[in-house]
Amino acid sequence: MLRAVRTKGLSLVRGERRLFSGFDLEIRSGQAIALTGRNGAGKTSLLRAVAGLLKPAEGEVEFLGEGGALEAEAARAEALHLVGHHDGLKSTRSAWEELLFQALWTGGTEESARRAAERLDLDRLLGLEIRRLSAGQRRRVALARLLASPRPLWLLDEPMAPLDAGHREGFGVLMAEHLAGGGMVLAAVHDPLPVPCDIVEVGG
Amino acid sequence: MKAFSILLRRELALAWGKGGGPLLALAFYACVVTLLPLAAGRAPERLSGLAPGIAWLALALAALLSLERLFERDFEDGALDLLALGPAPLELVAATKCLAHWLAAGAPLALASPIAALALGASPTVIPLLVPCALAGGLAFSFLGGLGASLALGGKRGGLLVAVIVLPLYVPPVIFGAGALDALAGGLPWTGGLYLLLAYAAAAVALGPIAMAAACRNALD
Repeated sequence: MLRAVRTKGLSLVRGERRLFSGFDLEIRSGQAIALTGRNGAGKTSLLRAVAGLLKPAEGEVEFLGEGGALEAEAARAEALHLVGHHDGLKSTRSAWEELLFQALWTGGTEESARRAAERLDLDRLLGLEIRRLSAGQRRRVALARLLASPRPLWLLDEPMAPLDAGHREGFGVLMAEHLAGGGMVLAAVHDPLPVPCDIVEVGG
Repeated sequence: MKAFSILLRRELALAWGKGGGPLLALAFYACVVTLLPLAAGRAPERLSGLAPGIAWLALALAALLSLERLFERDFEDGALDLLALGPAPLELVAATKCLAHWLAAGAPLALASPIAALALGASPTVIPLLVPCALAGGLAFSFLGGLGASLALGGKRGGLLVAVIVLPLYVPPVIFGAGALDALAGGLPWTGGLYLLLAYAAAAVALGPIAMAAACRNALD
């Protein structure tokens, strides 16, 4: 079980531009961190580097379990969710088909996908094609996999941007439950997170 | 294994879903097969000599048509992130996508190839060889095409780029397959061409996914 994630002296370079260097961050079980910073400061890149999709120029990301360091690749495949600003949904498939695939692919079950859909108020949308959904509804379909296959680390990139006020509050409750259960939330945001969190500025 | 079946089912559903992937590929195949004799002249004796070759070449083009977006769609809508973070390594993801492409487009095309060859006046004796050639060749076309599609990820003008990368790689299977068919029609030993084609398909299936996964990682970075 993943207990903490630590970045040590992380430097990210995109093209010719150095986003930041020597970035240290530690997130522990039960903690939420809001990453803030101007547009283009490297918040998304940081999340992708933690997820292993982007190779840091220097430094490393460590995953710590109860008994010490975990193998990074295995930890990433089993212990984290990344919800980026693209929802990863196919426009011609129904919301249920996509939700079910995302849940099964990340280790959930049909039953857990059903429950996640209920929690995110998706019941009446499941039969619709993705292209018929609004941006906020799509985001809720993408967020449903966080619940459908429980994993300790949530990497969220502007998760609530398209959500309406009611669903922001609802997602705040889900985050609070996740944290209470020992989970971690690392979120790039411009608006404050609806849960108690530490704020880390990216890129100075 | 579970991950493989989950992904394969999704890929097949996407291919067979709206937009009718396989039917479109078959329609394109029919069009090319119809067009070529119009350009090459319709004297039956000339056509019947060319028929197996035309049926075979049109197969390569039809496979290429549907390959262009194999990775591009997942890359654009963010699904490739999800696939990369899943329980299976990207190599297996890439292989599964290519296999699904072959099942959804390559195999139906291979089964349609005898009809195309006969319609062009090929001698019926080549048909028993044409189908296995088309099945094995289609497998090579899918995996090599996937390689081109992954290398073109994120590039503008992806479609043309895929064709330019992939068509040279289609040369050996086209030669081996057409050679075997020619030899059979001419009453010469033909097994050599078939074996080389099978070997080439096996190499594409074994090595292609490694290169595709590397190209996808590079595109995601």
